[in-house]
Amino acid sequence: MTLISKLSGAVSGLAILCAATAAQAEVLFWSTQARPVEEAQAMRDTVLSGFDGGVDYQPNEDGPWLTRIKAELEAGQGSIEVMGALHGNFSAMNPDDLQDLGDLGLSSVSDTFNSLAMLGTDQMQYIPWMQASYIMAANKEALQYLPEGADINALTYDQLIAWTANVEEATGEKKFGFPAGPKGLKHRFFQGYLYPSYTDGVVRTFASPEAVTAWEKFSELWSHTNPASTNFSFMQEQLLSGDAWIVFDHTSRLAQAFNERPDDFVAFPAPAGPTGRGFMPVLAGLAIPRTAPDMDAAKALVGYMMQPETQIATLRATNFFPVVDVELPDDLPPSVRAAGDAVAKMSAAPDANPGLLPAGLGDRGGDFDRVFVDTFERIILAGQPIDAVLEDQKKTLARIMEETGAPCWAPDAASEGPCPVE
Amino acid sequence: MTAVTTDANPQDARKAGRIVYLAAVVLLCAWVLVPLYFLLINTLSSPEAVNSFPKSFFPAFDLGSLTFFANFGGMLSALKNSIIVAALTMVLSILIGAPAGYALSRFDFRGKELFRLLILLTRAFPLPLLALPLAVLFIRTGLDDTALGLALVHTTLAIPFAVLITFSLFSGIPIELEEAAWTLGCTRLTAFTKVVLPLILPGITASAIFAFVISWNEVFAAAVLTIENRTLTAFLLQTLGEAPLHLKFAGGFILVVPALIFIFAVRKYLFAMWGIANR
Amino acid sequence: MNARLLPYVLILPVTLFLAVFFLYPFALVAKQAFTQGAEFTFANFRDVASHWKFPISLKNTMLLAAAVVPVQLALALLMATMVNRMKKGRDLVLYVWTIPLGISDLAAGIIWLAIFEQSGFLNSMMSGLGLVDQPVNFLSYQNPMMVFVAIALAEIWRATAIMLVILVAGIGLIPKEYYEAAEVFGASPWQRFLRVTLPLLRPSLQTALILRVVLAFEVFAVVAALGGTLFPVLMGEIYSYQFDLQNGNAAAALALIVLGISIVFTLVILRALRVPKGATI
Repeated sequence: MTLISKLSGAVSGLAILCAATAAQAEVLFWSTQARPVEEAQAMRDTVLSGFDGGVDYQPNEDGPWLTRIKAELEAGQGSIEVMGALHGNFSAMNPDDLQDLGDLGLSSVSDTFNSLAMLGTDQMQYIPWMQASYIMAANKEALQYLPEGADINALTYDQLIAWTANVEEATGEKKFGFPAGPKGLKHRFFQGYLYPSYTDGVVRTFASPEAVTAWEKFSELWSHTNPASTNFSFMQEQLLSGDAWIVFDHTSRLAQAFNERPDDFVAFPAPAGPTGRGFMPVLAGLAIPRTAPDMDAAKALVGYMMQPETQIATLRATNFFPVVDVELPDDLPPSVRAAGDAVAKMSAAPDANPGLLPAGLGDRGGDFDRVFVDTFERIILAGQPIDAVLEDQKKTLARIMEETGAPCWAPDAASEGPCPVE
Repeated sequence: MTAVTTDANPQDARKAGRIVYLAAVVLLCAWVLVPLYFLLINTLSSPEAVNSFPKSFFPAFDLGSLTFFANFGGMLSALKNSIIVAALTMVLSILIGAPAGYALSRFDFRGKELFRLLILLTRAFPLPLLALPLAVLFIRTGLDDTALGLALVHTTLAIPFAVLITFSLFSGIPIELEEAAWTLGCTRLTAFTKVVLPLILPGITASAIFAFVISWNEVFAAAVLTIENRTLTAFLLQTLGEAPLHLKFAGGFILVVPALIFIFAVRKYLFAMWGIANR
Repeated sequence: MNARLLPYVLILPVTLFLAVFFLYPFALVAKQAFTQGAEFTFANFRDVASHWKFPISLKNTMLLAAAVVPVQLALALLMATMVNRMKKGRDLVLYVWTIPLGISDLAAGIIWLAIFEQSGFLNSMMSGLGLVDQPVNFLSYQNPMMVFVAIALAEIWRATAIMLVILVAGIGLIPKEYYEAAEVFGASPWQRFLRVTLPLLRPSLQTALILRVVLAFEVFAVVAALGGTLFPVLMGEIYSYQFDLQNGNAAAALALIVLGISIVFTLVILRALRVPKGATI
């Protein structure tokens, strides 16, 4: 018995010791962004080190991020001061749980972003923090196989398909890479690129005849796509290993390739379809939960993150671009220059057809994404007939729109009431 | 039983058997070690080499990736936290689990089957779903962000191993042995500590190893329930999934090594059992 | 102490502990599975079970368990008996064989992906030996069998050690006299294994099997690393409901279904390998 009592004594002693060291000192920054170890380290070393009082920067995957913040809100107390996450993460939260940040006098240069940040209320629920987009990138070795007359900065989907077919013919390998892995951002390609480029819509046109064409074209592209794409989530890896030569992905998920071998790769705009060159932004924001223990410190940190110098430091660390007016320096890393260039060309293209982020879906954003992922998996991976799948998925989509009452967003034509699936 | 002595030349047969046996041992060792060797190669390769094809089968001893982690802030304190949590988990799960294992093996009591099922249920339900109510509970009670709090959660994961392993060990020890001790003047307790405990100590070590590695490798609860006192796994593995390849391998390697050292350190207790059981 | 009360005293700590740290949160989550808004309903179960991916992920999970667990059992038994008769180097060999125990499933996924990916070690080896001209795509949707084999191999590698340690501890408790007696009667090694080792190892076999089967239904990280989106399993669907779709009710419902399956299999193993009270040795 003595041994057991000794042990339990030791256990409780340890517990007291541990509890004593858990004193709160720094501002806890709870983020879903800048997760890769190098980016997280850069956030701590270069971006946040200038903040008085110190910041404890903790990047997490969506699962733990969400679980923790939900728990703190439910318990009515917590330690998270500032949250950094994507627009979609915030729109899934209850706006009442987020502090109104209107009194900070902070906003982005984009009115669209500012109104997205209100999450359908009349208050600033989060502050737009940084932005990115999805682009194409290619290994320079692939350039020789570009179809005749094609301009890499003004490609069409047909030219892209011909290009990937040429590469396959010449090398014997399927070298188009598509992030269809579990963590890949494939749904964004369908929502923001394929659908707008072929149907000039996302929701209204979901099951239109044009949408059938779009999926047929995509199947054609898929036939020249590396079949291991279902394992790809960060296309920089396959660019670097040579498993893929031509890829589509998020700018920050291509960064490592450009930074490691800047001379070997090119970045270029997404292709265009019959209804223009569809593309889509990525928006991250900063919010303060109502349970933040030190509201003043939290607001000070948000203010610090929005200063031009901090925004440039953030750009270097994460490959996300500023949302405030800043003058970009010349000595940016290769990945930033390549991506910035491609995004600029994409926005300035005469046939540009920019889409917006889904809005008004609340916590059904995941269900909305799943409609597109399921459609992809059924048509492309399971080989089910396009018409039948679209007809079936259409019901799910219509139900989501009706239940949330979300109005249409660009490029869909505006709607009175919930966006209809036609 | 009939004897099987049809071998024409038992000497040769035994020799052949010996070779097959040795070959099998070597093969199985290789099966375990070769994948780990690949991890080592990738850890000690430059980023270019990790992405190259075909891969080299000899490490280049490029320490770049490891140096990155050496300079990574907070590694040491995260390591310390991991060890504290794992040690607490070990002690708690055995203190709480072993008596139940003994009860299961020695007694028939009402509700025994139900109790066994309850024990197993804890492993049949995913922890990430339980983490939310647990986190709310911990924040309210002040257990949040303490090593003890996380150890309590890890203990629920380790308990099925502790209970079931000790149960099967106690079942393997004849009750007559205990009864003999009682007739020789031992109480139930002294019979247990003097006769049974020494016999099952190796098995206890086995469940301790389980408790340790379960706690060591658990990410989700660690990420949700610790903030200042992050464990090494939550600290590294959380972010590893999206790291560039070479850092992924190096980080994985760093996580594997302490667990290997731990198993190596306690192996003699685990393997000492032959000395006792094969008196 | 009263012998009738003693077992309850002994199981009290575990019961109390699990009541607070498992049953309490479990009850809250389970309640979610039966509610939508505020009303009691089975709709969550209907929703998850009628989703087109449910039968596929159920089939995959079952197939994987059916392929992996028997191999692991045989392998662990083989290893345990081999270690048992070893004289020299036993410590070292057993240590090597238990190494995968210390490796998390996430790390195991990283390791095996490095082997099977297109520019991975297996392809490097094959092209080095001149077996293939250019790297083979093992993990592609065109080759589901290969994906399955890769996942199964990685799982066998990772999780056999769990069974091994339990079985080794159990075999160590079988007195040598039984084997000596069997040898005197002229039993071959195989007969000794069948007639002595297996029956006396029943408690440990039962434990090892139950734990392994229950854990096999929870398989996720290795599958996600190697199978990507090609090989959906139940646990992956639960996480996707909980975190991507933020539909805690559906996640809880699916988790309860998995729990039910685990209970059924546990009961079957318990019946099949019934362990007598005390020990018959």
